Amino acid sequence: MAQQDIFTITQSNDAINIKCFGSWSGKNINQFLNFAQSKAVQKDLIIDISQIEFLDTNGAMALLFAQRKAYEKGFSATIIGEDENSSKLLQLCKKHDCTPLPKKSRVKNLKPLTLLGKGVIHSLKLFFAFLSFVGGVCVTFAKTLLNPKNIRFKATLYHLQQNGLYAVPIIAITSFLIGVVIAYQGAVQLKQFGANIFIVEMIGISATRELAPLIAAIVIAGRSASAFTAQIGVMKLTDEIDAMRTMGFRVWEFLVLPRVIALVIAMPLLVVIADGIAIFGGMIIAYSELGITYVEFLDRFRETVAMKHIFIGLFKAPIFGLTIALVGCYRGFQISSNTESVGRYTTVSVVNAIFWVIAFNALFSVVLTEIGL
Amino acid sequence: MIVQAQNIVTAFGDHIVHDGVSFEINKGEIFGILGGSGSGKTTLMRQMILLHRPNQGVLKVLGTDLTNIDSEDAQKLRLRWGVLFQFGALFSSLSILENVMIPLQEYTDLPNSFIEELALLKIQMVGLDKKVADLYPSELSGGMVKRAALARALALDPEILFLDEPTSGLDPASARAFDNLILKLRSLLGITVVMVTHDKDTIAHALDRFIILGDKKIVAQGDYQTLLQSNPSLMKKFME
Repeated sequence: MAQQDIFTITQSNDAINIKCFGSWSGKNINQFLNFAQSKAVQKDLIIDISQIEFLDTNGAMALLFAQRKAYEKGFSATIIGEDENSSKLLQLCKKHDCTPLPKKSRVKNLKPLTLLGKGVIHSLKLFFAFLSFVGGVCVTFAKTLLNPKNIRFKATLYHLQQNGLYAVPIIAITSFLIGVVIAYQGAVQLKQFGANIFIVEMIGISATRELAPLIAAIVIAGRSASAFTAQIGVMKLTDEIDAMRTMGFRVWEFLVLPRVIALVIAMPLLVVIADGIAIFGGMIIAYSELGITYVEFLDRFRETVAMKHIFIGLFKAPIFGLTIALVGCYRGFQISSNTESVGRYTTVSVVNAIFWVIAFNALFSVVLTEIGL
Repeated sequence: MIVQAQNIVTAFGDHIVHDGVSFEINKGEIFGILGGSGSGKTTLMRQMILLHRPNQGVLKVLGTDLTNIDSEDAQKLRLRWGVLFQFGALFSSLSILENVMIPLQEYTDLPNSFIEELALLKIQMVGLDKKVADLYPSELSGGMVKRAALARALALDPEILFLDEPTSGLDPASARAFDNLILKLRSLLGITVVMVTHDKDTIAHALDRFIILGDKKIVAQGDYQTLLQSNPSLMKKFME
């Protein structure tokens, strides 16, 4: 933006005469501000504003700024040639004290031990808050079991559709690719030993016991945990949750339980699909790379892959679903006050959900193997 | 002429909101858009500030035709007006001071400390205390949010102010103070003000002229005294 000249300076013996003209708005007063702060101001100022065509509050503030700077150096500064409007405008600007506020220091105590202590206390608080949230869900669930009429079937079915049914395509694609990848990498190794047929066990066990449930859970964590957090969070920001409370609707029953129940039901179903498709992906590679026909593959599968592997996978699924739903809802209720927190807590929610899914999976893997399953 | 609308037709799907709405707003006027709920007042205002496009008709703001405006002209135009949304629409992640400073920081080359002074002036001009500047929008009451939003709308000293229900949600005293502030700004800076309003005191005391929307058209336009005499039954609906 090109600045127009809006003032001229003429020096006389005892004062600097500044003649102002043109349009004085925020766009073109910068030069004047620079002059007002510069060393050039070594005499009294006389600012003639009679030729100004347009003056707004930003322009008026610039005049007052020059006046103040001159006073600070011990000179006087007179504004002359005011008309009715500009003098009113100057009055309005003078009335308010606009000196910048003292900056609050943002960096506080940075002692490492203090920080560590605060961090630990904060984490503990969050942990207990999460526990009490889980407790709340359990109590509500127990109560609704005693009085099944209170279960929101419609909402539960809706979430089952949104988070179960609509997730089928992405679960199908990811688990197919996982099946293909294990089979492909396995095939290269097994071929070297002539142990082609062991591809069946390899895919059968790794997919059903570990990979299909884990991949399904991670996809659902990314899909549903984020959705739950954002939905509940925005409802909180728009006071919908407070509205529900004042109308006597129990938030747990209306918002949390349907989501939790929906995911606990949806996860095992999704894992069944993921199992089937991952194995199918493996079969295709087994046939094309190792020449094992589909019939051979399935016969071998029935003989060697014990049902326990499939059941373990299915047993983990609802626990993953529960974890994801709880984390998603809990983080949603933490959202408050501003739109930025929606983004922050949605991220936190997905990261937490994926972490806990992987952590639980590791725990199951160790415990179940130790007890001989 | 600051705003000129000719035969505006607006439809949402099959639902026709405006069917041939024409009016003009003169420089320095405080102009009201009145009408019952659903009569398309806010839509009409959104069309003037380039948030919504009329289906047909010509709409000119500050001499620029909005029908086929390119992005550069649109940007220039946007710097010449200030908009106050009904619920403030302050940026929730910024403090009040930062909210008012941000247009100045983006569109002028002034030093930051001076921008802060300008922002503090605007904040106090709209009747907020200086201490409020460091707070965040979520920490303010509804009325304070509205004033802070007005301060932001005034940051660049616009030629037109668009106000969507500026006094709704304010207590009567603050509402009158708001009206006075608008009148004062108009007389000092020559700002043109376009507002959607229901407030009968604002209608009676602050507006120079207004249109009343109803049944997809303008059912009446003029100033308060004239309409009170020429169309008393209609005016009664708004003033009770």
